[in-house]
Amino acid sequence: MPDRIQRKKSERQGEEVTDAETSPAETPALDDLDDLLDEIDEILEENAEEFVRSYVQKGGE
Amino acid sequence: MAVPKVCGLETEYGILVRGADNNPVTASALLINAYTGAAQEQVAFDLIAEDPRRDARSPDPLDPYEFDPELEYAPVNAVLTNGARYYVDHAHPEMSTPEVRTPREAVVWDRAGEEIVRESLSAAQLLVPDGAELLVHKNNSDGKGNSYGCHENYLVDRALPFGKVISAVMAHFVTRQVFAGAGKVGCEFPGMPWNSVGFQLSQRADFFEEEVGLETTVRRPIVNTRDEPHCDASKYRRLHVIAGDANMSEVATFVKVASTAMLLAAVEDDPAMEMPALATPVRAITQVSHDPSLKAAISTYDGTTVRAIEVQWQLYEIARNWVERTGGEAVGVADCTLALHHWESMLAGLESDPALVADRVDWVAKQRLIDAYANRHQLDPGSAALRAIDLQYHDMRPSKGLAARCGLVSLVTEDEVEQAKTQPPESTRAYFRGRCVERFGNEVIAANWDSMVFDIGTDPLRRVPMDDPLRGTAELVANVIDNSATADELVAALAEPIG
Repeated sequence: MPDRIQRKKSERQGEEVTDAETSPAETPALDDLDDLLDEIDEILEENAEEFVRSYVQKGGE
Repeated sequence: MAVPKVCGLETEYGILVRGADNNPVTASALLINAYTGAAQEQVAFDLIAEDPRRDARSPDPLDPYEFDPELEYAPVNAVLTNGARYYVDHAHPEMSTPEVRTPREAVVWDRAGEEIVRESLSAAQLLVPDGAELLVHKNNSDGKGNSYGCHENYLVDRALPFGKVISAVMAHFVTRQVFAGAGKVGCEFPGMPWNSVGFQLSQRADFFEEEVGLETTVRRPIVNTRDEPHCDASKYRRLHVIAGDANMSEVATFVKVASTAMLLAAVEDDPAMEMPALATPVRAITQVSHDPSLKAAISTYDGTTVRAIEVQWQLYEIARNWVERTGGEAVGVADCTLALHHWESMLAGLESDPALVADRVDWVAKQRLIDAYANRHQLDPGSAALRAIDLQYHDMRPSKGLAARCGLVSLVTEDEVEQAKTQPPESTRAYFRGRCVERFGNEVIAANWDSMVFDIGTDPLRRVPMDDPLRGTAELVANVIDNSATADELVAALAEPIG
């Protein structure tokens, strides 16, 4: 249903979706990158090296 | 006439235990049991009708196939009240959505699957030893050469020769990653150094070695010929798609499914339709993935070269013309309109400035995080922190997952997703399956895509066939189910004509 699209306003967004509605922002808009990087600093795996090394999966399907 | 594009998504999640024995099979079972034990009596999925070795290229789909059915070792295998199958596939938890009638519904039940996995994770976390932690990721690769799938399936007219099915989708599967790729740090293509590619469009592209084939775990083909229709094989195929990434973006999932469904329908309606043809699809799928500048020139069948986006524009036009000609009923009229809008605007955005589509295209959203983070901390390409961001983009823990934080727009509402965790779609036989599990769970002995087996208290067990994915809908069976107090009454009522 087109009327159910939720879309945030962004100044960098050149075109507008005519049938869209604006929803209250819970996630950062495209311009709030610095805040998001701050958050990544907080929540990124503490020992990234060890985390990445230990992330081993078996092939699937 | 194109047949209705009943479709579904089958997502294998990455799983890891930290701080305790990391056995992925046990961990997957723990995850699923934590949910099904908490939420409902578990109904077993029955593998009798699974024929994963049946090949779509075989001249007669009803011929006995030469291989034994590869019965999967599935220690946990549950059918949910929403019609989904939630089970351990090899060493991964897998969520197969119920069959749905429209691409938008595919998004709703795929998102519901994510939320079920999140609930499972919270419940399972209480069951692991102190100090241990269970991690689940909706991704397709561990960055070390091991891949697992996010498969799609589409109902296709059996009368359409399989060669036509291949031509309908081959160029699309090579190039749709420009909007549907989930992004990946590094390269896992056999024989290429890991750091030879800094960032690529797709999680999966490095793993394809054949154009067309039956395998899914080795020598993976771009077009998979597994011929398990899970319905009346004389009427239908069920195209099993393995060449795609699991998306975090709802819009990407939506357009991935809708575009594929529209192209299949277009070729069903006009088998003579000329589709874009690539000279070397296997080479092209990695060329396209390895080039986030989107400038890679891939070879066409007629000896020229073309960019992936140009192929996408051709395919977009084919789909748009089909919708104009037919109204798009086979895929869903409203879905087609919305999908064409997003497809066009994503391609236009990718061509002018990919940052414009960072709210819809996973690889762009991920690359933006990785580039900005590398810039802030002066990190080298491929450094551990950037690889951790890549993984954490797909992390199912709400406290850690990055996709939910980077501004992706929604396509469906939270209410719809909440409902779809427990309720089946109304417009396919998944309705009958889900409602029977909900209402007669204790009497359902086994369920499969195309049948249910009931124990009604007297011998023998009663198998109810569901050969047509478009029957067993709410319209046809809701009253019968609501008015039956027991499975016995249900089975008796179903013996009467129900339309």
